[in-house]
Amino acid sequence: MSPDLLNVLEVILNGLMAGIMYSLVALGFVLIYKASGIFNYAQGVMALFAALTLVGFQTGQVPFAHVINAAFGTKLDTWGPGLPTFLAIILTMGVMVLFAYLLERLVLRHMVNQAPIILFMTTIGLAYFMEGFGDLMWGADVKTMDVGLPSGGSTWLESVTAGWAAEGSNYRGMYIDVLDLWAAGVAIVLVISLTLFSQYTKTGRALRAVADDHQAALTVGISLRTIWIIVWSIAGFVALVAGIMWGAKSGVQFSLSLIALKALPVLILGGFTSIPGAIVGGLIIGVGEKLFEYFIGGMIGGATENWFAYVLALFFLMFRPQGLFGDRIIERV
Amino acid sequence: MFYREAGDFKTSYAADQQTFPIRLDRHMVWGILAIAFFVVPFFINDYWEKSVLLPFLVWAMAALGLNILTGFCGQVSLGSGGFMAVGAYACYKLMVAFPWMNMFIVVILAGLITAIVGVIFGLPSLRIKGFYLAVATLASQFFLVWLFNKVPWFYNNSASGMIVAPERTFFGIPLTGANSPSWMTYLFCLTLVVVFAFIAHNLIRGRIGRSWMAIRDMDIAAEIIGVPPLKAKLSAFAISSFYIGMSGAMMFAIYLGTAEPTEAFGISKSFLVLFMIIIGGLGSILGSFLGAAFLTLMPVLLKNVMVNGLGWPADLAAHIELLLIGALIMFFLIVEPHGLAQLWRVTKEKLRLWPFPH
Repeated sequence: MSPDLLNVLEVILNGLMAGIMYSLVALGFVLIYKASGIFNYAQGVMALFAALTLVGFQTGQVPFAHVINAAFGTKLDTWGPGLPTFLAIILTMGVMVLFAYLLERLVLRHMVNQAPIILFMTTIGLAYFMEGFGDLMWGADVKTMDVGLPSGGSTWLESVTAGWAAEGSNYRGMYIDVLDLWAAGVAIVLVISLTLFSQYTKTGRALRAVADDHQAALTVGISLRTIWIIVWSIAGFVALVAGIMWGAKSGVQFSLSLIALKALPVLILGGFTSIPGAIVGGLIIGVGEKLFEYFIGGMIGGATENWFAYVLALFFLMFRPQGLFGDRIIERV
Repeated sequence: MFYREAGDFKTSYAADQQTFPIRLDRHMVWGILAIAFFVVPFFINDYWEKSVLLPFLVWAMAALGLNILTGFCGQVSLGSGGFMAVGAYACYKLMVAFPWMNMFIVVILAGLITAIVGVIFGLPSLRIKGFYLAVATLASQFFLVWLFNKVPWFYNNSASGMIVAPERTFFGIPLTGANSPSWMTYLFCLTLVVVFAFIAHNLIRGRIGRSWMAIRDMDIAAEIIGVPPLKAKLSAFAISSFYIGMSGAMMFAIYLGTAEPTEAFGISKSFLVLFMIIIGGLGSILGSFLGAAFLTLMPVLLKNVMVNGLGWPADLAAHIELLLIGALIMFFLIVEPHGLAQLWRVTKEKLRLWPFPH
């Protein structure tokens, strides 16, 4: 194979990996949208908050140290060497469940039957709140996430692909981050377990019932509030996974919350209501934007990844206004 | 007792059709305008101009624009930041190309250019609805900001990539640039905002405004009774972008003086404008002003209280500010999802019956 072709292949592979990372975030959106009709903009900030909390537990930071120091003039910093990763993940999950519970009690409970745009704005308010809260609790400095996942280029893939090129072409092999491969594996496991959960457990069935029809679900005795807490907890869990993956890749900092913006085109492309749509949409967007940047981006100044995903999604929407896998929109007068 | 329409008799069609048919409304509007035009300019200083009044006027203009699109025509847009950038860059190019041109004309022309761009980005609204459209409008936001970063023609090849407003005078008094007196910039923005708020108020009671509202309430039904969706939606996009473009031009030329697309017109600005109209009240001209006032004054107030009043460190105050704004937004949406304008409506109802409520 010629090196050019191999380069394109490498771009496609990297695009697929990036796409899976986008899908991880988009999944959380889809779960909440299906169950409660809320378009949850705060998903990205939830990922940031989960990652911050995880790092905080791992390194043994004192929560709100910054505030306490400012208020009482103390010099608190850490309370000890920190927790082992596994324990920290469990504790973080606990925090996310607590968060889901409080959110339902304090906010969502009062927002039943509001217009979708009001709910959407509420989640943006929530995003602001959590961002400020996360910064107050754990400090705003950039942290590194280390949960023991390997990173760096995959030497195996590099040596294998180097052999594919023609003799004497000086091709060095493909560069694929091992972390991305891990993320892909985690995403696959996550999707399979979510599917199994929603298909084969009682709670999962209740979730699907609520997603189908709120009122009908209420009449057969499903508690909407419990379901909402469960859904937001699951979304918190997905956010935690996304936070770990993205945090390990690019550090835990404010920009992590912007991954929500990366997930939005994935969502409209795949459809708000479809889990497979989130995955396929992510892959299409990932490959599309990487290929566009590779072939055309250089000619027009680069950094096209910011907007190309949206334009691509827009193009698909022209033909299917509900996204590739979204439920058909039926309107009656 | 104090606020009523009883006894307010009209004897001509013109009086019946006037913009503010209730006498008290009319008096109040005239009173506020009199204070804004004839009292405030004598007391304005640099601090009030730069951190309170100009941002309020600029954002009120943007909120008016978005309210036309989202509040009256029901098309949620997250591209306001991008359209403001179009206005700002159009204003810059016009200021440089035609140094003799009156600034009012420059700002209005910048608005017209934005209107054209807005129509182009409004085209998908004919096919896509709801949140799909909201996310799709983000395409314009990111694309436009990217464009202004990447094409040197827009910023005349300046080394920093920023655009700086050249000094322009208005009847011999500097209006843009560092030497402009506070009252001048304030009056300029105020005039524009008042004139165009008046126009907006009349637009929405007219034929075009009613067609927007029909589309908002249910587009299919509106289409069946003969409202052309193409015309209604695209005109809403055009007029809304016109307002937002003017606000971007004002923000760049008069308020900030310099601009650079990523920071000044980023996605957070789009959300800010949307917040303003939701907190102020969707589908209300007054709401646009109230929302803009709330969201420009509150950060200033919070900052003053926390940093100057309580002496907290600035970064801590910034985090708390973020937290409080988020909490306040949620609180507001829970307590009054129809916004501050609804509170005013309720107050008026109460005033009608006061002091004998039944």
